[in-house]
Amino acid sequence: MDMADIKTPILEVNNLSKRFGKVEVFKDISFAMEKGAVMALIGSSGSGKTTLLRCLNFLETPDHGRISVHGNCLFDADDHSTHQEKDIRHKRLHFGLVFQSFNLFPQYSALRNVTLATELLAKEQPGYRTGKGQMIKDIRERAEHLLEQVGLSDKLNNYPHQLSGGQQQRVAIARALAVNPDILCFDEPTSALDPELTGEVLKVIQSLADLNTTMLIVTHEMSFARDVADTVAFMDSGSIVEQGPPSQVISNPKEARTRQFLERYLGNS
Amino acid sequence: MFWNVTLKLLEGFSQTLIIFGITLVFSLILGLPIAFGSMSRFKPLRWLSRTFVWAIRGTPLMLQVIIVFYGPALIWDGISPLSRMTAVLVAFIINYSAYFSEIYRGGIEGIPKGQYEAAQTLGMTKSQIFFKVVLLQVIKRIVPPMSNEILTLVKDTSLARIVAVKEIIWMGQEFIASRALLWPLFYTGVFYLVFCGILTLVFAKIEEKLDYFKV
Repeated sequence: MDMADIKTPILEVNNLSKRFGKVEVFKDISFAMEKGAVMALIGSSGSGKTTLLRCLNFLETPDHGRISVHGNCLFDADDHSTHQEKDIRHKRLHFGLVFQSFNLFPQYSALRNVTLATELLAKEQPGYRTGKGQMIKDIRERAEHLLEQVGLSDKLNNYPHQLSGGQQQRVAIARALAVNPDILCFDEPTSALDPELTGEVLKVIQSLADLNTTMLIVTHEMSFARDVADTVAFMDSGSIVEQGPPSQVISNPKEARTRQFLERYLGNS
Repeated sequence: MFWNVTLKLLEGFSQTLIIFGITLVFSLILGLPIAFGSMSRFKPLRWLSRTFVWAIRGTPLMLQVIIVFYGPALIWDGISPLSRMTAVLVAFIINYSAYFSEIYRGGIEGIPKGQYEAAQTLGMTKSQIFFKVVLLQVIKRIVPPMSNEILTLVKDTSLARIVAVKEIIWMGQEFIASRALLWPLFYTGVFYLVFCGILTLVFAKIEEKLDYFKV
């Protein structure tokens, strides 16, 4: 096989493990994602999905394993040179994270929430002094475009408390996209929303999938996972039990544990 | 007579305002490192800060003023004592920075972890997170308890009398001794009331300014 035929995955996770004290949150997790892929992580609460996302975003430090993006190793538990605090800040930018509880900055308008980080990053650029005006203008235009993309072009100047939960979450998505992450992670993005507001957020995520955004989504919305994801991974007590296309994992699970989970889940909803 | 009393009391009130102003400025600043000490992950520092706060909040300010004024001469023979006003200021600044540090700590610790995490995932540095994300939210949260504490400070200045600093209560009392007049002492209350009224208006204005967002 020609080497060029082998696509480098955009994200590679190898043998990742994390424990809090005596509790093993997940163990020996390995998976890879290609550019533009959408992967849904499902599983019951406490199975380690959220902690896995937090490790990818360097909000937690894994105990074992490696994380690589575009073939570059960002984190290797055995190589302490990859744990430098000052580098981690930049490594985080490979990943975006949309939180269950939105976590918008309450003192800033929707637009400012989206532009803030990008403007601060622009200050570190060598040409900032001379090109400041143009840079700020570009950042603002891009933020307006992102907010339009999530359907909020009429809410640019609203503050978070003036927005519904669904609107806040859409601002949070625009904010995460603003720094151009390679992989956008979602941690149960609709769990804190009233049922009638989940649709608008899921629609936005679907539209991002259509634009080939690489996404890793922790979700309890099975039908959404089935529709939007190329790959579904079922996690149980800290391991990926089953992984494959939704038609397999959700519709025809092979593993007994997956079946059990889905029966319980779909039975309830 | 009334005019004379008013002038004398104003003279005392200027001392009151000096104690108030200098204490406020320095303890607002000093409270911050003490708050960070109390929240430090470095245990000895945290222990030190919290013990300091406990000792200061656990003893009367009046006693602290007395200790600062008379204490040094008791411990070291021949040391020249601080001037009365300096002793009062030192005691007040120490006392109020302990109280303010607790208000700061409450305000900072009350900010949800998600705010820091969201900012981190967006690549912000620690200082950017503090100044651009956390600080204004902290200020909004601490304005009400701060207002309270600052109003208390206005009235606590009267404790300076214990080491014979001639603040307004002292001046009022002097009329009892020199002219057998009691009303000037009662009259001092008006000065406090007016000043606290002004401060209350200022705090209300600040709260209103920060009303455009919710934390």
